[in-house]
Amino acid sequence: MTRSLTHLERLEAEAIHIMREVVAQADKPVMLYSVGKDSAVMLHLARKAFYPSPPPFPLLHVDTTWKFKDMYALRDRMARESGMELLVYQNPEATERGINPFDHGPLHTDMWKTEGLKQALDLHGFDAAFGGARRDEEKSRAKERIFSFRTASHSWDPKNQRPELWNLYNARKNKGESIRVFPISNWTELDIWQYIQLNDVPIVPLYFAAVRPTFEWEGQMFMADDIDRLTKVLGRTPEITERSIRFRTLGCFPLTGAVESTASTLSEVIQETLLTTTSERQGRVIDKDAGGAGMEKKKQEGYF
Amino acid sequence: MDAVYQTEALIAEDIDAYLDVHQHKTMLRFITCGSVDDGKSTLIGRLLYDSKMIFEDQLAALESDSKKVGTQGQEIDFALLVDGLAAEREQGITIDVAYRFFNTEKRKFIVADCPGHEQYTRNMVTGASTADLAVILIDARKGVLVQTRRHSYLCQLIGIRNIVLAVNKMDLVDYDQARFDAIVAEYRAFAQSIGIESFTAMPISGFKGDNITTRSDNTPWYSGPTLIDHLETVEVLSSLDADKPFRLPVQWVNRPNLDFRGFSGLISTGSVKPGDTVRVLPSGKTSTVSRIVTLDGDLDEAVAGQSVTLTLADEIDCSRGDVIATADNPPQAADQFEATIVWMDDDAMLVGRSYWLKLGTQTVSVTVQQPKYTINVNTLEQLAAKTLELNAIGVAEIATDKPIVFEPYAQNRALGGFILIDKLTNRTVGAGMLHFSLRRAQNVHWQATDVTREVHADLKNQKAKVLWFTGLSGSGKSTIANEVEKTLSVMNRHTFLLDGDNVRHGLNRDLGFTEADRIENIRRVGEVAKLMADAGLIVLTAFISPFRAERDMVRQMLPEGEFVEIFVDTPLEVAEARDVKGLYKKARAGNLKNFTGIDSPYEPPENPDIRVNTVEMTPAEAAEFIIRQLMPLK
Repeated sequence: MTRSLTHLERLEAEAIHIMREVVAQADKPVMLYSVGKDSAVMLHLARKAFYPSPPPFPLLHVDTTWKFKDMYALRDRMARESGMELLVYQNPEATERGINPFDHGPLHTDMWKTEGLKQALDLHGFDAAFGGARRDEEKSRAKERIFSFRTASHSWDPKNQRPELWNLYNARKNKGESIRVFPISNWTELDIWQYIQLNDVPIVPLYFAAVRPTFEWEGQMFMADDIDRLTKVLGRTPEITERSIRFRTLGCFPLTGAVESTASTLSEVIQETLLTTTSERQGRVIDKDAGGAGMEKKKQEGYF
Repeated sequence: MDAVYQTEALIAEDIDAYLDVHQHKTMLRFITCGSVDDGKSTLIGRLLYDSKMIFEDQLAALESDSKKVGTQGQEIDFALLVDGLAAEREQGITIDVAYRFFNTEKRKFIVADCPGHEQYTRNMVTGASTADLAVILIDARKGVLVQTRRHSYLCQLIGIRNIVLAVNKMDLVDYDQARFDAIVAEYRAFAQSIGIESFTAMPISGFKGDNITTRSDNTPWYSGPTLIDHLETVEVLSSLDADKPFRLPVQWVNRPNLDFRGFSGLISTGSVKPGDTVRVLPSGKTSTVSRIVTLDGDLDEAVAGQSVTLTLADEIDCSRGDVIATADNPPQAADQFEATIVWMDDDAMLVGRSYWLKLGTQTVSVTVQQPKYTINVNTLEQLAAKTLELNAIGVAEIATDKPIVFEPYAQNRALGGFILIDKLTNRTVGAGMLHFSLRRAQNVHWQATDVTREVHADLKNQKAKVLWFTGLSGSGKSTIANEVEKTLSVMNRHTFLLDGDNVRHGLNRDLGFTEADRIENIRRVGEVAKLMADAGLIVLTAFISPFRAERDMVRQMLPEGEFVEIFVDTPLEVAEARDVKGLYKKARAGNLKNFTGIDSPYEPPENPDIRVNTVEMTPAEAAEFIIRQLMPLK
């Protein structure tokens, strides 16, 4: 009797199988790379899937210009180490109009991320894009297929998804249509953390607690990552307090709430995550728009 | 609830010990199914809640949602945790499969909540295809229903061997043992009739939590395991795959440089070590495994379920779609099979239509015969049928255009389960399970002849071609084809013209004008044209041939470049105004059914090799244009 695979081994094998199916069937795949912990795991899985070749697709970072400095640093380092091409896209219209999270609210996400992503995919003609979404994150994601089809205008039709049986993925599509592929659909947040620990996957240091400059805005605590820029946008210098903080999730620094914490090792971070009583995405403002169907609506409009 | 608290204490006191336990957990994938109101979503919500997978903020949202749209009055409606799509929350039903995750001390679980309505059979089959176990829910007040039977049958069909019969809502029948026993007896009789050899029955209440994580005081007469106990300890059959013969369907050939050639794929069954003798199917060549390569160093052994990259000792042909297998017990290749097919598309299956079949990493063209029978999933009766409609399940013979490496589904899901893809819409239209290959595929061999098709063509000082004229009735196909043939004969070329009307007087006189008959008409003409091309002739065909799929099917039959699609692009108004045979008038009057352009569609070629238009050109000009495009003829 041969040994049974552990759940993490099964999840890893599944993700690698999915990535190879895409590469074997798509004309021009790309990996969406947001520099968060899920992206870090995705990149590591891609390196494993195609070793000793480098992953045969570029990384695409749809940038908002408002990410943490540490994220930009890790992004550039990982692209170098993996031998992959890094494409960075910033929506020129958002740049021109000076879209920012303070003055423009939901428009910030819409212009930089949703519109930016569509523009970047169209610009390069990518027909398959890997994303790191997980089904445990949010209710509409729980129902999304691993191969998720988008019309030529990037919209998602949740009532008309292709049946997806066994591990047979139908990657055929008509001209102009594209596929979003989610290889880590079946992973949970704990799986991600444990995989990072077991495989020494490099992640942004902001996930670990350290004393950092913070300010409060609309009832949440944020990190003052770029004080000069904050002062310019807010029209005043925010009141800065040094606190020991870390982040459960990383996005734009003015949109990502920090939590007070002393968890400075992976084990401590995992411990804190498991004992915590609020769900992961609560640090992000995005899901609360449009009531219970917020994410489903965003996805139909083309958000990843 | 003790187990939960112990876990929590361990996380707080010794996180590394907890992580060590978690790291070595195995995984169980299961589905819940049952009738509409049997409480599936409530049960899953309960499992998440009891295993602490719900956070405070989610709970707060749940409490407020329960009061707004819940179906449980002022109490918490667990189903709202699970029914994710806005349409489902509004209608209070489950439309699509939702995947949920939870952990206990022993296992990680992925549960697929499958919709109960008959019109979502395809979604249920989707959820079941990856499950190790099925929880079939029964409402204790209602007993075994039509849907219970259908879901049990589908689980059996897809090969789920672990069945839990969860008699739910026991709180609403006062935890009555007699009621429970009666339901179990009724289910047992049914289960045996469809080949379910064993199942585990338990009395539960998802709403109240009886026998979910802890033994309930309300059912002292029940001595079996709780639902969680059972899920934690049941043997996962997919772990037995490691003891079967080695098979690796090749997904991708890894060639970073000239010195490395690796074959990547997911091991479907068995295990492999460096030094093992393997055979590459379908070519049958053998070699030895040199290395099992990973980013973290080479492996000494790899087992079923792992994604690996192998290198072989010899330079042999091997590419995506091939299967690397143990040399002394390899799978077979065949091109004709009997299979069970579940139809999943709104458009019914077309007998004879060419679809894509994807099995493992192989993709080939396939045609499906008229079903031998379909199964009424509610009564399990076998019924005669001409086709398969949405959600129908039938048994039929299928033929692929080239041999595929396979094993019966019962032995190996990865080499026996397939999907069918429509070649035009690209939708996944069906799923199937191979039973066995047909003897005739094994016994009818291709007879090799010494005078080859090249010799035939050389003798005629030409290259064989099939000039396929397509267009509406009255567009001028036959007239132009006739002109082309006249010119070619003057040029001393050997030709033959197959005309639609003429063929229907003889070879195809048994065929009518339904969609299925039109497909068969074109298939036969394609085969005849192919034989004539084998004989070295330039074949001209003049058929409406309205469907792209069939024209593509003929193109696939012939060597690359031999099929020339000529679109006689005459607009419907013009063709109808000519109405040489008076057919349009009849069709408009309703005296002629299925007439192309009137009540049957014409799918124009998207990229014809040659396009002519009889509005701007005379037939002679069109013929000259075509011949110029065809030059040189040798």
